[in-house]
This record gives sequence, structure tokens and C-alpha cells, in this order.
Amino acid sequence: MGLSDGTIKMSFTILPDDLTAAGEASSSMKKMLNQLGVSPQLVKKAAIAMYEAEINAVIHGGGGIADIIIDGQKIEILIRDEGPGIPDLELAMQEGYSTASDEIREMGFGAGMGLPNMKRYSDELIIHSEVGKGTSVKIIVNFY
Amino acid sequence: MGTYFHSVTLDESRCRGCTNCIKRCPTEAIRVRKSKARIINERCIDCGECIRVCPYHAKQAISDPFNLIYSFKYRVAVPAPSLYGQFKNAASRNHILTALKGMGFHRVYEVAKAAEIVSDATRKLIQEEWVNKPLISSACPAVVRLIQVRFPSLIDNIVKLESPMEVAAKIVRKEVMDSLKLSSEDIGVFFITPCAAKVTSVKAPYEKENSNVDGVLSIKDIYLKILNSLGKIKNAEDLEQAGFEGIRWANSGGESLALGTEKFLAVDGIHNVITILDEIENDRIEDVDFIEALACNGGCLGGPLTVENLYVAKTRLKKYIDQAKDKDLPQKEIDKYDDLVWTGNVEYKPVMKLDKDMVKAMKKLETLELIHKELPGLDCGACGAPSCRALAEDIVRENANETDCIFKLREKVRDLAIQMMELEKKMPPVLDKESEPTKGGIEDEC
Ligand SMILES: Nc1ncnc2c1ncn2[C@@H]1O[C@H](COP(=O)(O)OP(=O)(O)OP(=O)(O)O)[C@@H](O)[C@H]1O
Ligand code: SF4
Ligand SMILES: [Mg+2]
Repeated sequence: MGLSDGTIKMSFTILPDDLTAAGEASSSMKKMLNQLGVSPQLVKKAAIAMYEAEINAVIHGGGGIADIIIDGQKIEILIRDEGPGIPDLELAMQEGYSTASDEIREMGFGAGMGLPNMKRYSDELIIHSEVGKGTSVKIIVNFY
Repeated sequence: MGTYFHSVTLDESRCRGCTNCIKRCPTEAIRVRKSKARIINERCIDCGECIRVCPYHAKQAISDPFNLIYSFKYRVAVPAPSLYGQFKNAASRNHILTALKGMGFHRVYEVAKAAEIVSDATRKLIQEEWVNKPLISSACPAVVRLIQVRFPSLIDNIVKLESPMEVAAKIVRKEVMDSLKLSSEDIGVFFITPCAAKVTSVKAPYEKENSNVDGVLSIKDIYLKILNSLGKIKNAEDLEQAGFEGIRWANSGGESLALGTEKFLAVDGIHNVITILDEIENDRIEDVDFIEALACNGGCLGGPLTVENLYVAKTRLKKYIDQAKDKDLPQKEIDKYDDLVWTGNVEYKPVMKLDKDMVKAMKKLETLELIHKELPGLDCGACGAPSCRALAEDIVRENANETDCIFKLREKVRDLAIQMMELEKKMPPVLDKESEPTKGGIEDEC
């Protein structure tokens, strides 16, 4: 491979129900962006958005896969799961809306801020979700 | 003094090239090459983890020799509050301060006193609308440097106020200049330090041009001298000025408790600090206005240049905190904190960047990930790098080779061996009996 098409692709497995491992993919992503010299504020944006999506896949989606594609212009983060899906996306996007269980809340999650944060910190957010099939979240953060 | 002064250095003669330190370093700043550890200067944050973990005491902190104090006409000691936790038989803080002064100083001024002034300023700063919350304490220089290299997006959250050490040195210098009509050059202010990070912050400050401190003596180096004279003190001078809130800064959580808010989080130990900074960067810390992050376990009492065991020191310090509570010295309130604000700012140090040019950095990162995939993933450290990924990074930075990995080397050797065997079979035609046109093969002969 080597000098392929000028993009970097990485794939991570997101384990179900393992909150201690959650965030590993976004940490690796952060390290990579720092190595590329992407500005700290953009790294932070991408990190928050990806972390929220990753956590959602763990808590609500039963685990999944995170793919990242970096080219010289932007980073694309794709998080997919085959969980229950989101019945009413518009509702889910509202601040404070959450179906998280009490146990999850005790661990400090479930404030209903994940999706709104993803929206706020990404330049583009595309969510596809189908009940019974799963959810895919695409986050784009532009470098310029 | 170069661009990168570091107090933490290596004594080559003691280093045996083991891999204890490379694994503990929070910024992956150490490699072993030719059986000796090497510190990558740009990355070192002087946290002292390697000093603690090195079984051969090859990692040391450079501080100033005691005799340096005699190059000044008038000599002042400004002890860190952690000093108070070090002595078993001291009757009071005044005894310790008197013993310290007796070593050759004209005056002592407690950093703990200045800590109260900084606390007061921080209380005011926290009320400001414009600050980025959570504010992150700048009390520990190792943590500030960690943020510079690993968490640049949090630079704006750092409390940009002078440290208690700097404030103490500034106040006492001015007092001495005014009262004794001495010029600044005649006065030598010496900080008594629990750690290497503070030495570096005096020799190469990040927040301004020059420190107010002229020299740094480590607690370890002066410990015995103080201990010896402690027993001989009959009448201790009354040198205590600080109240309990300042003394408590030596403990993890001490700085926070002085802020009068419950919305604080105190974390200690550099690896725990990293976890918390990661969480802040991911926006997962809620309802917290102030983060106190200290590189050493237990805070400054656990500093790498202290003598006493952390837990023992804690108990002792508690005694002085209680005594100071009873005394209840009047708190000098400051009305504005402006003159404590940093004149310079810490910058992002992009030491992790693979290349100045983003396109080139992309190529390098791509190669790095490819190499990483091919490495065994054991993070064994035998190559001298802390992890397989770090070796991959060293390779793309052209500081290492793939065969530095013993597994890769073995693979190579095996491949070579196979090649050699194959080559050996191929004899030059004049010698090669098997390829002779005679029909007889091995089978025929049997
Ligand atoms: N991947 C997913 N699969 C199924 N449901 C999801 C998924 N992601 C989000 N949801 C639903 O959308 C709701 C809102 O998500 P959001 O991330 O905003 O909040 P939260 O995860 O409940 O809490 P927080 O993110 O603040 O910890 C969730 O409670 C859940 O019902
Ligand atoms: S916690 Fe205290 S002793 Fe340890 S490095 Fe930081 S300032 Fe120094
Ligand atoms: Mg969520």
C-alpha cells in the first residue's frame, strides 16, 4: 500500500456494555490528529463528537464498529451498530431526552446531551436509524 | 541554558538499559538506545515518574548546590509547605523554620503564606464571567507542561496566576529591598523544593521571562542538616506567618478546599491526571468549576525530592494544620489579582506532530499505521520504545528500524536462513554432482 489515495483509514471495534473500554477509539483518533498537527480546537471538536457517538453505540446500540477516514481536508467518523435503532430521531436529538436506565445514569451518562453535542461539535452530522436494524452516525469535522 | 532545560537528567554510569522508565513515562519521552536510556527533551515534562521508578537511581533531578547561597549578600529561604511533613521530632513549624534559617539564611518566608494570597486571587478569578470552566490549577508545573504537549485544547482553562513560590519570592524580595535598602542583585531567594518540576519552572519558566527565584535547593539535599540542628534549638524564633489554608496546599485537595466552593475536583498522580484531562477534553466533567491536578501521588508531599514516606508526612502535616487553625493568623485579603496574572502565556508545543507539512504528516501517519499493524503488538519494550506503536512512530521519524523489534529480527533471520539453505543447494555447475547429465540419482543408488 503506502502511497495510496492520500487518505488514512482506521477501524475500531466497539464492545457492548463495556464502559471502561469506551472512548478508546476516540482516544486513538485524538492521538492521530495530534500527530498530523491538526489544530487543538478541531481535535477537541472531533474528540467530543466521536466520544459521544461511541458511548451511544456502547450503551444503546449493543456495540458496533467505528471507522475513521482522514484526508487532508477533513475527518469523517462513521459509527455503526446493529442495535434497536432510534424510533423518533427528532425527539432523540432534543437536549435532555434520554431513555438511559437508572444504572447508566448512576455512572454519569444519560443526560440526553450526547446527540445535541454531536450536532454542536461536528460540521456535518448524518444519522440513519431503523428500528430493529440499527443506527449509523456519520460525523464530519472540516480542517479548514 | 538551551531551549529545553530539564531538571530531570540521566546518570549514564548508573543506567543499565532496563525498560522500567520507558513504560512509566506519561509523554513517551524516553527510549533505550545502546543500553542507555535517552530522554527526548522536547517531550519531558519533569514529572519525576522515572526518578521514582528507576531501580538503579540513574534518573536524577538537578538542583542548585547549597554553596550557591553564599554568592549573595542577603539570603532568603522560601520553603514549600511540603517541607513541614518531613521531620519526626520537630516541636513546631517555628522549629523547622528556625533550623532552616540557621543553615545560612538571613530570612525565611513561607510559600504557604503566598499560597493564601494565590487562593484569594483564584477565588476572585472563579467569579469572573469570561473564564473557561473548569479552571485548571497551574500549581503543578508538570501538569501545565503535560497540557502543553498532550492536551493543548485545555490551555485556555489553565489558571494563569503566578504560583505561590513566585509570589513569595516577589514579596520577600521587595520587603527586603525596601526595609534594608538593598539592591535586587544582592538578595538571593532560594526555593526549597519537593520536586524537579519546580526546578525547571525556575530555570526555564513558561509563563514569563525570568523567575523571581535565584536558586532551588532540594528537600532531600538539606534534610539532614535541618534534622541535625532541629535537636539543638532551644528557643525557636517566631517565623510562622501562614495560616492552615496555605499549609494545606502540600496535600492533594488543599488548594481546592481554600476556594470556598464545592464544585471542585482534586486528582493526583500523573496517570490519574491524564484520565481526568481526557474526560475534560471529551466534555464529560459536569458541574465542576475548578480542577486541582497534581503530578505526584498525594500531591507535593509525595514529591520525588521529598524524604519522608507520603502517608507518614501527611499525618505530620495534619498536626501543623491543626496548630495553625488554633492560631488563626489574620488573612491578608487582596483587593485585586491583576498583578498576579502571568505576563506571558504557555504555548502549544506540537511535539507529537510527525511533520510540519500536513501532507507529509499524512504519509508518515499512514506508513506508521501500516508498520504498526505488522508489529507483534506485545508492547514488550525490548526495542527500547514504550510500545509497538511508539516504535512504529520512531521508524517513520527515522530514529529506529523495523529490526529493532526482536520478533521482526527473528523473522528476518529465519527468512535469511531459508534463503541461505536454498542458495546452498545451488552449487556452481562445475561442482554440482547432482546436476551432472549422468542418470544416476539418489533413488538409483539405493
Ligand atoms: N446508537 C443508538 N441506538 C439506539 N438508541 C440510541 C442510539 N443513540 C441514541 N439513542 C437514543 O437517543 C437518546 C438520546 O441520545 P443522547 O446521546 O442524546 O443521550 P443519552 O445517551 O441518553 O445521554 P448522554 O449522551 O447525555 O449520556 C438515547 O437515550 C437513546 O434512546
Ligand atoms: S505535585 Fe507538587 S511536588 Fe509533584 S511535581 Fe507537581 S508541584 Fe512538584
Ligand atoms: Mg449519549
